[in-house]
Amino acid sequence: HSTTTSTMRILVGVKRVIDYAVKVRVAADKKGVELNNVKHSMNPFCEIAVEEAVRLKEKKFATEIVAVSVGTKQAQETLRTALAMGVDRGIHVETALRADQELQPLAVAKMLAKLVDKEKAGLVILGKQSIDGDNAQTAPMLAALLGWPQATFAAGVEPVDENKALKVERETDTGSEVLKVNLPAVLSTDLRLNTPRYATIPNIMKAKKKPMELLSPEKLGVDVTPKTSVISVAEPGKRKAGIMVESVDELLDKLKNEAKYRGYD
Amino acid sequence: MGAAERRTRNSHTHEYAWTHFLVFTGTHFLANEYRVQAPGDEIASYPVCPSQPVGRPVDLTHLNTMLRRPLLTVSAQPRRFVGVLMSRFGTRDASTLVVAEHSESKGTLSPSTLCTITAAGQLQNPVTVLVAGGKGVNAVAQQAAQVPGVSKVLVAEHAAYEKGIAENLSQAVVATHKAGDYSHILAPSSMRSKNYVPRVAALLDSQPITDVIAIKDQATFVRPMYAGNAIATVTTSEPLKILTVRTTAFEKAPSTGGSAATEVAPAVAKPEAGLSAFLSESVSQSARPELSSARVVISGGRGLKTKEHFQMLEALADKLKGAVGASRAAVDEFHMPNELQVGQTGKVVAPDLYLAVGISGAIQHLSGMKDSKVIVAINKDKEAPIFQVADYGLVADLFQAVPELTDKV
Repeated sequence: HSTTTSTMRILVGVKRVIDYAVKVRVAADKKGVELNNVKHSMNPFCEIAVEEAVRLKEKKFATEIVAVSVGTKQAQETLRTALAMGVDRGIHVETALRADQELQPLAVAKMLAKLVDKEKAGLVILGKQSIDGDNAQTAPMLAALLGWPQATFAAGVEPVDENKALKVERETDTGSEVLKVNLPAVLSTDLRLNTPRYATIPNIMKAKKKPMELLSPEKLGVDVTPKTSVISVAEPGKRKAGIMVESVDELLDKLKNEAKYRGYD
Repeated sequence: MGAAERRTRNSHTHEYAWTHFLVFTGTHFLANEYRVQAPGDEIASYPVCPSQPVGRPVDLTHLNTMLRRPLLTVSAQPRRFVGVLMSRFGTRDASTLVVAEHSESKGTLSPSTLCTITAAGQLQNPVTVLVAGGKGVNAVAQQAAQVPGVSKVLVAEHAAYEKGIAENLSQAVVATHKAGDYSHILAPSSMRSKNYVPRVAALLDSQPITDVIAIKDQATFVRPMYAGNAIATVTTSEPLKILTVRTTAFEKAPSTGGSAATEVAPAVAKPEAGLSAFLSESVSQSARPELSSARVVISGGRGLKTKEHFQMLEALADKLKGAVGASRAAVDEFHMPNELQVGQTGKVVAPDLYLAVGISGAIQHLSGMKDSKVIVAINKDKEAPIFQVADYGLVADLFQAVPELTDKV
């Protein structure tokens, strides 16, 4: 492994979202989905980002991992989970804005850019999208603000050129591609990148003692006023009830006679 | 809302209202008059430019509904707002830039671009299409020029744009915007655009809106959140609106009948940003139709058990001239190619016929296919959630049902 004594600090962004298995409900006022009394957990793509950072530290590529979460007070639970997975310290940027629609990717990217400068990070790893807003914007925006290269939808990451660059396999619309990005850089993770580890009980205990810095958007000097506002939120249109058929023959008959399926060119 | 409360909001509401005024009126800024109405008040009209005769009126009454709070009358200081209007927005024409996607290997404009041009048409602004890429991009530009509704095609040809490298491609879009000062930039929603569009947006300091499924007006759009389980209507205060368009939600524009002028796109000083390098790619080779635009999709999930069993689906797909898709479980467990994945984090499809085989129907999968016209599910578990969205459900062993279907279809 590497014999260099230089430091490589990785910044990882983690977001607290409604758990992926929860069927969300639109709130009574139709201004958003119901967030109260709903199970939340770390965004699945962020877990993969944390796992990849920890693996890079285990390979001696990185010397320190700092996790950042922007959100309400409860975001600290998400940071503790990251700390229990092997992150060294946490930064909580506290805001009361709703993380699914009011706290917007450009504002988050601006805050992360400030923290990259402050922490002198050489690599940032984020999830490719959060499963609440489904925007998939923060990582490329951060790379743009920093003037850094980006490798989004990463499915494989390998340090090359004596840790001065990364070879990244990316998922694309038609398959995959391999890019070489010079460091410093921003990565975003796809589901195929790794399988995140579970935090063990001793590590969860240790995580309680790891440092956590509290900041605010104001302290970072970033205006987080939402640029888009939600006028209303609705349930998706319901499909009309289907029917169960008894056999392949009946299925074909329904397709031809009811659904008017005639085959397509 | 009472009068007292209205007064306390006076100062910041003015600002808010004007931002939205721009948003809602678009080209109407060239009008010589604007009108503002507070709830319960008469409509107040003001000339935009006092030296000019009053022209086309701009009605802001619907703004109240959009803001969901009263818009205060500006009668107290009309002149001040006239000044703001004229200096910031007075001469701006609304216009839309569509960034085309195209197949580099085939030199063809992609169907997703045609859908995006339809969406752009709904904004009712002149539409310019930017075609950026390597060699062969001129042939694509010629196709874009044939699309009715396109008023101009800009061509950016450089090897640096060939593979959609975000650091390079974003520069081409930014330079084009800076020269043309567009009010809207649109691109089809895809993994390629999710790579470069947010980069463009950050460089132009505008918060974009992704996966737009409907356009209400120049600043109001509908988009899914939470894997399509919440449909949000959002309005943006950004002067430059950057959107990616969910192409299954818009019909393809015709590919002939137009005759737009073709010009060279504004130059970028150093198109090769030198931040990253393309090394290689692995493109799936298939004679079947492309998944996102296929009229028939047959998808397999965990119930298929092995990669080899997908050959059953391929045989059926060949007979129905359809594409083959997969659930995430199939991609993960059988190492099926990720570009076949249908769902929240994969492709969104809306074919005429979607056949789900051995797929339970998790929220994340349904989000990618529930807008299909007809959904058929074959699953041995009669409790599988997929049956709740299926038009026709067959509880059966897929290893018998699929070959039988292939024989009889």
